[in-house]
This record gives sequence, structure tokens and C-alpha cells, in this order.
Amino acid sequence: MQQELQHSRSNSRRWSWHAQRALVGFVYTIPTIAFIGTLFVTPLILVARMSLSNWQLLGGGGNLNFPKNYVSIWNNRLFWPAVSFTLEYTILATILLIGLGLGLAMLLQATSRWISALRTVFLLPVSLGLAAASLLAFGFFSREIGPIGPFLQSTGLAPGGIAFLSTPIAALLSTTFLIVWKFAGFYMLILLVGLQGVPEDVYEAVQIDGAGRWQTFRYITLPLLRPSLGLALILCITGSLLAFDQFFILTKGGPDNSTVTIVQVIYREAFQRQNLGTAAALSVGLLVVLVLINLVQLRLLRGTET
Amino acid sequence: MADTAQASSLSRTPYHVLTGGLAILFLFPLLWCTYASVSPQAFTGQTNGFGFGNYTTLFKFGIGLGGFVFNSTVISVLTVVITLAISTLGGYAFARFKFWGRDVIFLVTLSILMVPYASLLIPLYVLLNGAGLANSLLGVALIVSMFQLPFATYMMRISFEAVPRDLEESALVDGCTSFDVLWRIMLPAVRPGLVTVGLFAFLAAWNDYFAPLILLSDPTKETLPLAVAALRTQILLGQVDFGATQAGVVVMAIPCVVLFLALQRYYVRGFMSGAVKG
Repeated sequence: MQQELQHSRSNSRRWSWHAQRALVGFVYTIPTIAFIGTLFVTPLILVARMSLSNWQLLGGGGNLNFPKNYVSIWNNRLFWPAVSFTLEYTILATILLIGLGLGLAMLLQATSRWISALRTVFLLPVSLGLAAASLLAFGFFSREIGPIGPFLQSTGLAPGGIAFLSTPIAALLSTTFLIVWKFAGFYMLILLVGLQGVPEDVYEAVQIDGAGRWQTFRYITLPLLRPSLGLALILCITGSLLAFDQFFILTKGGPDNSTVTIVQVIYREAFQRQNLGTAAALSVGLLVVLVLINLVQLRLLRGTET
Repeated sequence: MADTAQASSLSRTPYHVLTGGLAILFLFPLLWCTYASVSPQAFTGQTNGFGFGNYTTLFKFGIGLGGFVFNSTVISVLTVVITLAISTLGGYAFARFKFWGRDVIFLVTLSILMVPYASLLIPLYVLLNGAGLANSLLGVALIVSMFQLPFATYMMRISFEAVPRDLEESALVDGCTSFDVLWRIMLPAVRPGLVTVGLFAFLAAWNDYFAPLILLSDPTKETLPLAVAALRTQILLGQVDFGATQAGVVVMAIPCVVLFLALQRYYVRGFMSGAVKG
């Protein structure tokens, strides 16, 4: 009898201890909940609501006018060229960044003083801000102070100098060059982490089996690297689809609006043309597309783990 | 034996040339930018000989270099403090406590990663305007912190999970309150995680361009990237002031490069966790 009583007492004490722990844990997440509630969930709902009406910056609200804002996207003169330009840029940047990132990671796989110094060098531009890097490129690619023009002139390769930003194709290539310089180290690091996950004895085993370099890469490294490559691809594709700073600062969307990206269209709608409703509709569309891309890529990644 | 040693040192030479050459290519723009900021150039603040004329231009522009650096510093420090405070409490809760709704809250935090910056800034602009936080440095810091939260919370969660449970339990037995345990026992144990989160938060805030561009229209609130970008449009004698622009890039880059070189270990840790999203 006494024993039973004691048992139930310790049970209730244990229960209250668990309840107390749960309460404390919940209290610790209150700042997170409050923060996400006001700065993430509320704006998500608000942007959906804004996209359905003729929202005024000062008046707010506005009458529901669905689907007018969404239809007007279709008729926006800048929209379709921006979509095709953003896709072009994304494909180009992704191929170059992942290619160079993978190349650097393979070159710098071992450990030595030389190699860790080199890794630092390739990571240095990553720590820089994108705006700072774009402003650097603005001077680097200029006729006035750019170093490449004088170099080419002195070697006689291009006596007239090179216009890095004044034709659509040159502007695209120059900006891509800037992005590759700025972010190659970032993808190198992600892929290095993946390469270090490949056990050393796997390489030894295939070398004993007489596999060549290409065969080792194709049949061993690449499959084992798939999760890291997948992560690198997600980051690179979503990051490029959302490109803004580099084009806004370096090319200002020019020449002739040839380098206007989707996010720049949103910016212009909202802050130059004061069409907050249309900008919100564009934002919602972009959000849906990005979430879909993320979900598809996450599924592909998951598939490789099982 | 001697043969193979010689062969491997020979095959190493092209490797060193290739990697060394790439490193020089990557360093070149940074070195050029520093050089361009002090070298003489027509239509800049530095026309005769080498010197710091372009930096003088920065001090005279708008509210002056000191003002821009002050604004950027305020945003960065606020972002680091807010991000660390929220993600430490949240990360501890997610790592060590079981309570109703825990996994949902954690997943919603991570889902911030999927939402484009641009999509949220339009409604955030409207919300902050309504809350009287338009043109406020705190408003920018709040937004940058929110976008840091998924990485920071994940990083702090795995940091707390790696601390041995005995450490915490013995302190609880000794009668410490839960907050005492977190403050005096757990925080020192997760210091590397705190440095990583703080470093990423600082770099994100110091370098951010889009949020200040949209939220700050008062010239006295301009951050360093906004000011240097605006500087280009200030035409002097029909010419863009390229010298001052590069001086501005140097000023923006210095804290990033110094912090990166000093804390590289912690920077790489962020990648090891697999939680990074650029």
C-alpha cells in the first residue's frame, strides 16, 4: 500500500517535471514564434491580399480587382523579355559556377599549406558583399579606369579597347564573369564538403581494380557527390533566378532593357510605377515558382539518399 | 624509387602553375580595386600622384563617410544581437525540450529559405510603414535577422545537440534554474556555433543592398552600399567619379576581409553543417 502510494507520487512528480520542461521549452521559442508570425507569416498573407486589389501605398486596402493584377503581368512589356533573360542568365551562371566550383574542389581536395592558402584566396570574394563586388566590376569593366582595355591595347589585341557593358551580350557575359568570380569559392566549399565525405578506401579499391581517372570520376566521385551537387544546384538556380543587385548596379538593366531580371520588374512596378498590386501579384507568382522548384529538387535529393 | 619521386614532382609542376595562376586571377580584381582607389586619374579626387584624395571625396559626400559607416554598423550590430538572441533560445528549445508544436515551428522557420527575398519585401515595406518603422535602421535589421533565422536556428540546434547531456543534468540536479543552465553552462559550450551565426549575420547585414534600398529613403539613413552606389550618379564635370567608387568598395570590403581571415574556421563550419543558403 505504502509502496503503491510512493510509486504514484513519483509518477505525478515525473509528470509535472515533464510538463514543466515542455513549458520552459515553449517559452524559449516564443521569440521565434513572435518573430516569424509578424515578419514572415503576416507579410505572406498580406502579399496575397495585396495581389488581389488595387493597393495604395498610403491609402492601403483598395477594392478587390482579381484577376486584374495577374492579367496585367501578361501585358507588361518588360515581363516576358525579363523571364527569358533571367532563364538565359540562370543557365549560363549555373553551368559555369558548378563547373568551376567542381573543378576547384577536385584540384584542392588534398591537405597542405599551399592548398589551404589557395582555398582562402578563392573564398575571399565570397565574403565580399554582392553590391560591393558589383561596384568593383563597374570600375573594372569601365573604359575610364578598367585595367583590361589598356592591357589589350598595349598588346595590340584590341586597339580600340573593349566595350564590356554596351551591347546586350557583352553586358550578360561581363555580369556572369563577375558572379563566377564572386561565387565560385562558395560552390567549391560546398562540393569540397561533399568530396571529403567520400571514404579514402573507395578510391584505393577502384585504383587496385585498375580504373582510370575519368572512370573513377564518372562512376565513383560523381555518384557519391550527388547530394552535395544537388544542394549546390538548388542554391545556384534559385539564387540566379532571383538576381537583382548585380544587374541593378552594374548594367542598370541596360543597354535598352536587355538585362532586366524578374526581380527588377517587381522593383520597377512597385517603386517606380507605384503599382503595388501588380508587384504583389508578380511576387506571389515568383514565390509559387520557387517553392515548386525547391520541392522538386528536394524530392530528387531525397531520392538519392534512400 | 628515385624515378617515381622525380616523376611525381614533375607532374606537380603543372598543377602548381594551374592552381597558382587561378589564384592570381581571383586576387587580381581585389588588388586592382585597392590600387585604383589611390592611383591618379582624371575626373576623380586624386589627379596628381598617389594619395587618398578619393577617400576625401567619400568624407565630403552626403552625410559623410562616417555617417554611412555608422548607419551600416548600427544595422549590422542590431542584426547580430537579434539573430543570436532569438536563435540561441529557439535552438536550445528545439534541441533539448519536447513540447507540443515543436516540429511545426521548426519547419516553418526553415521554410523561410524557400521564399524569395523580393516577394516578402513588398509587403514588409507596407507593414513597416504602417508600424512607423519606415526609414528606420531597426526595421532593416529586423528584416535581415528574419532571413538569417533559418540558418541560425538550425546551426544553434545542432550545436546544442552536440553538448553532452550530463553537463546540463548535473547542473539541474545542483538546483540551477533552466535559464542559469543555458546562460552559464550551455552558452560557453556552444561558443563556436555562436561565432558562426554571428559572423554570417554580420556579413549579411553589412553587405545587404536590397532591404535598405527599399526601406530607407531618408538620405541621413543611407548605408554604405547605398551611398557608394549613389555616388556614381553624382557626375563631376560630365564624368562618373570612378576613383571614389573604388575607394568606397575598399571601405566596404575591409571589415569583411578582416573578419573572414580572422574567423575562417567558423565560416567553413557553417558549410560543414550543410545548412547554408546564399
